[in-house]
Amino acid sequence: MSAAHDDHGHGDHAGHGGSAGPVVLSVSDRHPRVRTIQVVRPGMADATFLSATAKGLGITLKHFARNLFLPLRKAALRSKAGAPDVVGRGNEIETVQYPEEKVTYPERFRGLHRLMLRDDGNVRCVACMCCPTVCPAHCITIIPEESDNHGIEKRPAVFEIDELRCVVCGLCVEACPCDAIRMDTGDHAKPVEDRANAIETKDSMMARGIRSIAKQGGEGPDWRAPGHASPSHDDGHR
Amino acid sequence: MSLPSIYDILDFAAVKWLFVVLALVMPLASLLTWAERRQSAMMQDRLGPNRANIGPIKLKGILHFVADALKMIFKEDFIPANVHRGLFALAPILALAPVLIAFAIIPFGPTIYPHALTQTLDPYLLATNPGAPQFADSIRLQMFAIDFGLIFYFAILTLANYGGTIAGWASYNKWALLGGLRSSSQMMSYEVAMGLALMGAFLVTGSLEPGWIVTHGASDILSASNPLNWLWLWQPVGFVLFFTAAIAETKRAPFDIPEGEPEIIGYFVEYSGIRWGMFFLAEFIEIVFISSVIATVFFGGWQVPFLDPDGFRFGGYIDQISHTSVGGWFRPLPHWLVASLQFMAFGAKVILLCMFQLLIRWTLPRFRADQLMNLGWKLLLPLSLANIMVTALVKLIYYFLTAGS
Repeated sequence: MSAAHDDHGHGDHAGHGGSAGPVVLSVSDRHPRVRTIQVVRPGMADATFLSATAKGLGITLKHFARNLFLPLRKAALRSKAGAPDVVGRGNEIETVQYPEEKVTYPERFRGLHRLMLRDDGNVRCVACMCCPTVCPAHCITIIPEESDNHGIEKRPAVFEIDELRCVVCGLCVEACPCDAIRMDTGDHAKPVEDRANAIETKDSMMARGIRSIAKQGGEGPDWRAPGHASPSHDDGHR
Repeated sequence: MSLPSIYDILDFAAVKWLFVVLALVMPLASLLTWAERRQSAMMQDRLGPNRANIGPIKLKGILHFVADALKMIFKEDFIPANVHRGLFALAPILALAPVLIAFAIIPFGPTIYPHALTQTLDPYLLATNPGAPQFADSIRLQMFAIDFGLIFYFAILTLANYGGTIAGWASYNKWALLGGLRSSSQMMSYEVAMGLALMGAFLVTGSLEPGWIVTHGASDILSASNPLNWLWLWQPVGFVLFFTAAIAETKRAPFDIPEGEPEIIGYFVEYSGIRWGMFFLAEFIEIVFISSVIATVFFGGWQVPFLDPDGFRFGGYIDQISHTSVGGWFRPLPHWLVASLQFMAFGAKVILLCMFQLLIRWTLPRFRADQLMNLGWKLLLPLSLANIMVTALVKLIYYFLTAGS
């Protein structure tokens, strides 16, 4: 009984429940959890939707006017939804018009494969079959053949990757013992009209390849010899 | 019996209707289909459709409406089994035709006097001596100047109700039927408030004829071209109420529960191809029509601010003896320039109001069905009734005050 009278004094700031929870008008003497609370009903301003409508129209009109009259930002500054805005006089349009404009992919983006080259321009791949073994999608086909290089026994006669089956997991790159296959072209598989055209061949992947700075086949028998330094040339390393 | 002159033919209502519908309304409504997507995109920080082109002609994608029309015309006209074929075919026509007919009451420009095109019009001479030779022929840019003009509009637009309802009924689809029922209940509810919201305007101007409202304005103290004499200032509550109810009549967001294309299935769910396109077009023509009505009644129709029939005039008046402008600043303009300025002003007002409706459509979320009915019956209707009462009371008090003096 006393609790009910104690809480009665709070009724004068009813209707402003806010974050403090509902305003309790009275508490039952049977159980303290059974209470009468002040019901907050929408006032006239909320019920007519007028103020909220005006506010919303202001926001959309501001965006529309900005995007209509201010120039488009550079493509590099768009496509970063959520990123802090670069201060400038551009509008707020985020659309990147794809075929003409392209977003720059992140540095470690896994994209289209390429086959790296040795210093003499031959393929670095030694047909060790690590990548087709590890490939979860079974998209790599390698047919090895005997190499005429005495230090390296094998080389791939056929090296094909079906880009439609590739799941772009990057395990082939991880598995490769001699830095022969990479996925760092920064490009993605091209759209094709025929499934057969989605198969990357040894030649097409070598055409994208560059010479690797990694030393293949170890340092050789005379690696302890004085004056033998590890190669420092870096041609086109990304 | 003499043959009708070219001016008589041009003044013929059907000719004007063809001009309005084919040259003004249809292109504007078609462009709105593109403008809506483009404007909504820009409001949401996107670019919107900007690709459609004929060879190198791109025009920011404005040709999308051509592509859309071609697509809808050449799409398969699929009619489901068990539909009521007659009503199924009739419904799109019932949705489209009333809106096009209702344009008959809209004055889309001033009365043109072809023999006085190069002269500066003399409004006082026109009022006192309409038989003067330069006024021999006239082309009134309004199809039907009927005394019950706005009543005619309410009557005709009620027929558009049947479009949605019959489409839902004829489709033999429960969801379409429910959509049709929602459509009819919403439109009936809001028609009441819409009609009553305009009653205050009738009380102020004393006329139901849109052309009369445009040429006379709210009061005869000020010139009809003075923006302060337009009804938005005299009937602000009526304007907001009418605008709200009119948007509900177009069945667009935030009042789009009859259609609700993506989520709740609307009454034209069984329609495809150009039949669906007719519903779509009717909706956009309704936007144009609502804009025209609001521009006409509340924003002075084809009046350019401070442009009287004889030229720009700030302050001053026409001396009735010498027929010259006295006082203020006056710049006489030839009749053809005044008429074309006024014609373009009407177009500009309609386009701006259309854009405002698109802004509303892409800003506000959809009302729930109960909120919709609450707003219509519990808010708009009492407010419009109160608006009539207050307007009538003010007018009565004003009448007694001026009669006593």
